[in-house]
Amino acid sequence: MGWTIPAALRTTAVRLSALYLLLFTACAVILVVYMTATSARLLNDQTQEAITNEASDLGRAYSRGGLPLLVRMVASRSRQPGANLYLIADGQGRILSGNVESLEPGVLDAEGWTSHPFSYRRFGEDTTQAEGAREGTLTEVDKNDGHKALALVLRLPNQMILLVGRDLGEPERFRSTIRQALVFSLGTMALGGLLIWFFVGRRALRRIDSVSAASKRIMGGDLSGRLPVSGAGDEFDRLSENLNVMLNRIGELNDGLKEVSDNIAHDLKTPLTRIRNRAEAALSGKPRTAEYRQALESTIAESDQLIRTFNAILMISRLEAGYSAEQLEDVDLAEVAGDVAELYEPVAEEAGVAFSSRTEAGCIIKGNRELIAQALSNIVDNSIKYSAGSETPSVEVSLVRGGEDCVVRVRDNGPGIPDEADRLRVTERFVRLEKSRSQPGSGLGLSLAKAVMKFHGGRLDVLPANPGLLVAMTFHVQRDSE
Amino acid sequence: MKILVIEDDKEAADYLKKALGEAGHNAHVAGDGDTGFTMADGGDYDVLIVDRMLPHRNGLAVIADLRAKGNTTPVLILSALGEVDDRVTGLRAGGDDYLTKPYAFTELLARIEVLSRRSSAKEVETVYRVGDLELDRLSHSARRAGKEIVLQPREFRLLEYLMRHSGQVVTRTMLLENVWDYHFDPQTNVIDVHVSRLRGKIEKGFDKPLLHTVRGSGYMLKAG
Repeated sequence: MGWTIPAALRTTAVRLSALYLLLFTACAVILVVYMTATSARLLNDQTQEAITNEASDLGRAYSRGGLPLLVRMVASRSRQPGANLYLIADGQGRILSGNVESLEPGVLDAEGWTSHPFSYRRFGEDTTQAEGAREGTLTEVDKNDGHKALALVLRLPNQMILLVGRDLGEPERFRSTIRQALVFSLGTMALGGLLIWFFVGRRALRRIDSVSAASKRIMGGDLSGRLPVSGAGDEFDRLSENLNVMLNRIGELNDGLKEVSDNIAHDLKTPLTRIRNRAEAALSGKPRTAEYRQALESTIAESDQLIRTFNAILMISRLEAGYSAEQLEDVDLAEVAGDVAELYEPVAEEAGVAFSSRTEAGCIIKGNRELIAQALSNIVDNSIKYSAGSETPSVEVSLVRGGEDCVVRVRDNGPGIPDEADRLRVTERFVRLEKSRSQPGSGLGLSLAKAVMKFHGGRLDVLPANPGLLVAMTFHVQRDSE
Repeated sequence: MKILVIEDDKEAADYLKKALGEAGHNAHVAGDGDTGFTMADGGDYDVLIVDRMLPHRNGLAVIADLRAKGNTTPVLILSALGEVDDRVTGLRAGGDDYLTKPYAFTELLARIEVLSRRSSAKEVETVYRVGDLELDRLSHSARRAGKEIVLQPREFRLLEYLMRHSGQVVTRTMLLENVWDYHFDPQTNVIDVHVSRLRGKIEKGFDKPLLHTVRGSGYMLKAG
């Protein structure tokens, strides 16, 4: 069993883990994006608040001491470590005070909050700048260079411009941390997914391969083979166990079928052989003699018996397959039982068997009277045959209604079937118990009766009668048929 | 008797033609449903023997078409399908009798002879007579040589059937079908026992046998 990548990719386990991976990733991305956005906004708000406070401080200083106080205050604040951004410039961009050296062009044009983060550079950061620039004018910095900041721009009287700002390095750092975390977690998830993919997929595949291998062996004809059960009690085991139960059932059915075909081989081949031998013997003798005629007659008789057996087999299988229900009609069981009793009474008398029948009216069922009569006559025929050997042989046919059931009982006082297993077996096809092998018959009479009862939704019971045998046909009376 | 056999199995048809010829009948053969219909429609046959499964037009359709045209020739259906419902559909299509393959030729012969004379006047007669045996259908009584014979209801029906078809062979299955109204095949010699009981009643104490056993076929009631 080669394990190839395409095969692995086609497994359900792999598809499921891929789906899970995708889902987890989507969730993680959404979470991170949300967190980033929320915290960025929070930081932004904080920044703006700080700047507003700073600006109002400076504003108070300006109104108290005018421009000189403001310039002094800005200068002292600019020198503090980790200071915010300060700039006082005139309309021409000459710097009066502050710690900002370069700005992105256009930042000072509008009053109020800068519309977006802008680039700037502090004093001393740009080594290429000449010393003169320090006292000189504000230089420009490209949009993509320098640090990013957010600032409040205020216009003072006398064309002075005050800028109070704050570096955005902190939120930017925060954002990049989160971005790294996202990349890291996504990487971990992808790796984990791949690992699950690999192990689960391969494990599942291996189990399935072993099941397929076992079923291939079984399909190949080894019906005794069973699917492997690992003992883990997982879903594969449950599946295998169920399939094994099914295989057992198939095995039983197969054995049954084999038994039937063996029996057919025996029960049909034996008479066929007899017919053949007889015809052969007749051919070698003289034609138009009494023996010749006798041989032909018994050939016909044997063939008739064979045809009868075939018909019975066919009828049983048709009944078992579900007979066409359109032939169901109201059948008066008392009438059928009476007919069969009347039909067999002289037969019993001739065999020296005391025969009695007792029927109760009111048993009308939906069924096929021909089939019921045939089933009952098979049973009665058997009873007469088997009771004939006893001392005071008797057969009794009765029809009794009890609640929803109508039971036709045929009871004899013959030897019966002492063994319970035999009693159960006797309704199977071609089963003829050892003692009855010598009796004529196909071994299908009771099987046919059983099939007929099953067809009518009833059942056939073979019970001990002490002495003798009791065969009971139980029909269920449907209320709507009354 | 002029008989048409509609059967597509040539060997079976030839066998039937030969055997019917030997039994003194004049049999024709049609190999498919259409030919069979044309021949049956045109010719004046006494009995038709129709196989159920035929090429071109199936046996039941042939019968239904003939009946639709007003043709009332008695029909015996031959079929490999022997279940009860098959028989019912066969008879419902207009067949008069039904025989399952494989069959005994004697059975077929007995049935077509009964079929061909089915329409005879015996149906309406109230008193049947065979030799010195007399059966009155109205008073439900039987007499032989003026002496009353006591019969059970079923025995009466058995004798009635045998007398209606006196001089003809009636088989055991025909008796089971017509006297008991069952179509299954009883396992043992059930019918024989009933017939021998009846024989005891109508022959005991009389010289001449009336109820004869026809070897390999069945029974025949006839005088002398």
